[in-house]
Amino acid sequence: MAYVAVKGGERAIDNAHAWLAETRRGDQAVAEIATDQISEQLGRAVDRVMSEGGLYDRDLAALAIKQAQGDLIEAAFLLRAYRTTLPRFGYSTPVDTGAMHIHRRVSAVFKDLPGGQILGPTYDYTHRLLDFALAAGAAPPAAPQAESGIAAMPRVSDLLDDEGLIEGDGADEGEPGDLTREPLAFPANRALRLQALARGDEGFLLAMGYSTQRGWGGTHPFVGEIRMGEVAVEITPPELGFAIDIGDITLTECQMVNQFAGSKTKPPQFTRGYGLAFGHSERKAMAMALVDRSLRAEELGEEATAPAQNVEFVLYHSDNIEGTGFVEHLKLPHYVDFQSELETIRRMRADAGRAEEMA
Amino acid sequence: MIGYNFAYLDEQTKRMIRRALLKAVAIPGHQVPFGSREMPLPYGWGTGGIQVTAAVLGRQDVLKVIDQGADDTTNAVSIRRFFARTAGVATTTHTAEATVIQTRHRIPEQALREDQIIVYQVPQPEPLSKLEPSRAETRRMHALAEYGPMHVKLYEDITRYGHIAISYDYPVMVNGRYLMSPSPIPAFDNPKLDMMPALQLFGAGREKRIYAIPPYTEVRSLDFDDHPFRATRAPHACGLCGATDSYLDEVVTDDRGGRLFVCSDTDHCETRRAAGHVGEQAMAAE
Repeated sequence: MAYVAVKGGERAIDNAHAWLAETRRGDQAVAEIATDQISEQLGRAVDRVMSEGGLYDRDLAALAIKQAQGDLIEAAFLLRAYRTTLPRFGYSTPVDTGAMHIHRRVSAVFKDLPGGQILGPTYDYTHRLLDFALAAGAAPPAAPQAESGIAAMPRVSDLLDDEGLIEGDGADEGEPGDLTREPLAFPANRALRLQALARGDEGFLLAMGYSTQRGWGGTHPFVGEIRMGEVAVEITPPELGFAIDIGDITLTECQMVNQFAGSKTKPPQFTRGYGLAFGHSERKAMAMALVDRSLRAEELGEEATAPAQNVEFVLYHSDNIEGTGFVEHLKLPHYVDFQSELETIRRMRADAGRAEEMA
Repeated sequence: MIGYNFAYLDEQTKRMIRRALLKAVAIPGHQVPFGSREMPLPYGWGTGGIQVTAAVLGRQDVLKVIDQGADDTTNAVSIRRFFARTAGVATTTHTAEATVIQTRHRIPEQALREDQIIVYQVPQPEPLSKLEPSRAETRRMHALAEYGPMHVKLYEDITRYGHIAISYDYPVMVNGRYLMSPSPIPAFDNPKLDMMPALQLFGAGREKRIYAIPPYTEVRSLDFDDHPFRATRAPHACGLCGATDSYLDEVVTDDRGGRLFVCSDTDHCETRRAAGHVGEQAMAAE
C-alpha cells in the first residue's frame, strides 16, 4: 500500500454535513415536521431542552430539537451556544410561585388543603398502553372545563412555616451569582448550587436522587408539594426603581419536606429540598429537590459520605453539555498520545523479556 | 461574519479572558479560573484554546491550527475554518509564517520565535487530578506547593517498571514553583517548553482554567537525579522525509505487521521533502 498523507479533511467535513442534512430530513415523501408542531405536540421535550439549555424560548427550543433530529442533549447544546451570544440585561426579582396560575398542584403530605389538589394534565394515572388510535391521528375529545375563579393556593411550605415546623426559605441575597459568567468555585452557596442543578441533566439528577432513596445518603423526603403553572417574571430596571412585568413563564416547582433530627442549638424541624424547572418537568424538579437536600448534608451537620452528598462530585458532573463533550471527545484523534503509549509499552515488554532471559 | 463580533466573542468577554491571561502570564504555571463561555463547538474539541485564540487574535495575525501535529486533521480544519469565518484572518499551514498557532497534542518541530504565540488546547489542566479528584483539595496543594504525591507516583513507576511510565501529559515544574500539565503532548515535546522564545498560553474551556508560560521561562520535566527525564520517540526514520529527530506517527499499512513511520508534524515533513529530503518508503514508491 502506498501511503498518502491524509488530505481532504475539509471536503470530508462538507460531505458529512450534506449527508447529515439529508438524513435529518428523512424520506422526502413524508411531510416535513414544522417547529410549531414540535412546540405544540412535543412540549415535554421542548421543556427539557429549555431547562438544560438555560433559555426560556419555546420556538428556539423547537428549532433546536428539529435541527438535532430529536437528540435533546444536542438540542440543549444548540440553545446554550446561542444563549452565550446574548447580552445580559439584568436579573429578575424572585418569581412568586405562591401566586402561580396553577395547572397542577399536588401535595403528598396533606389529604386536603386550601386550594385543593389539582391533578392537571398528568401521566400519573394513565395506563401505559400504546394508543393505536393516536397513531391513526384521532382528535381528542374536549376536556371538561372547571368554573373559573380558582381559590388561592398557599404553598404547603408556607403553611408549615406558619407553625415554625419547617426551616425558613432563605433570604433574598440581592444579585445572584451567574454560573454562565463566573466559573464555579467551592464552597458553592446554595443559590449557585441550585442554578447548576436547574441546568443539570435530568437523567443524572434522577440517578443521584434515586441513590439517596436507596441508602446512599438518605434524606427522608416527603413531597410537600409539586405545582406547575404560569408565573409572572418581573425585573426592576435601575432607571425606574420599581418592578415591571416582562412576561409569563411556565414552571414546575417541587418542595420536598425532609426530616431533621435537630442539633444542640436547633430543635427538630423539617428541612427543605427545592427543585425548579422550566415548563412541565416534574421528574426533573423532584430529582433536583432530592439532590438539593442531600447536598446540604454538611451545612446541616450530617455525615457526608454518599456521592449525592458530595457537592464537587454532583456539580462538576451534572452538566450534560460538559459531560457529552468530554466523553465524546475521545473519538477525536489521539494518535500522538497513543504512539507514545505504544513506545512505552514496547519498552516495558522488552525490559520484562530481558529480565526473564536473565532469570 | 454578519451578526457576530470579530473572532466570535464579544469584546467584554475578550477583556475578561485577557485579564485572566495577564494574570496567568504574571504567575507562570498557575491555573487562573475564568468565565469560560459556551462555544458553538463542543467541550473537548478545543473550546478553551479557541477562546484564548479569539482573545489574542488581531486582524493582522496569521493563524495556524494543528491537531496531532497535522494541519489537515478534521478538527484542525474545523477550528481553522471557524476563525477564517468569524475573524477573516489569514491562515497558514507553515509554522514559520504563523503569528498564532493553536495546537492539540503537539508542539511544532520547528523552533518557535519571540513574535509567535502558541495556544494549547487543554482537556485537564489539573496535573494532580489523577492523584486527588477534589479541585478544592488540589488548589490547596498548589498553594502549599505540596507536590510530594506526584514524586511518589513517579517513584512508584520506577520501582515497578524500572523507569517513569508517563508517556504524554508529562508533568512539569514551571519557574520552579507551579506543577503544571503541559496538555497531552508526548513527553518527546516537553524539552521544547523550556526557555521557549514564544509566549505559551493554555486554555481549558470545560474546566474553566487558563494558564501560561511567558517567553524564556524555565520549565523542568519532573525526574530524579538517578532517573533523569528521557524523551522517547519511535526508533525509526520518517518513511517520507527521512527525518531521524522528529516525532513519528505509526501507520498500519497492512494486516501482516506492515508499518510506516511518518512525521506527525505534517508541515515539517512537507518542508523537508520540498528541500529534497527523501525517506526510504518514498524512495521505494518512486
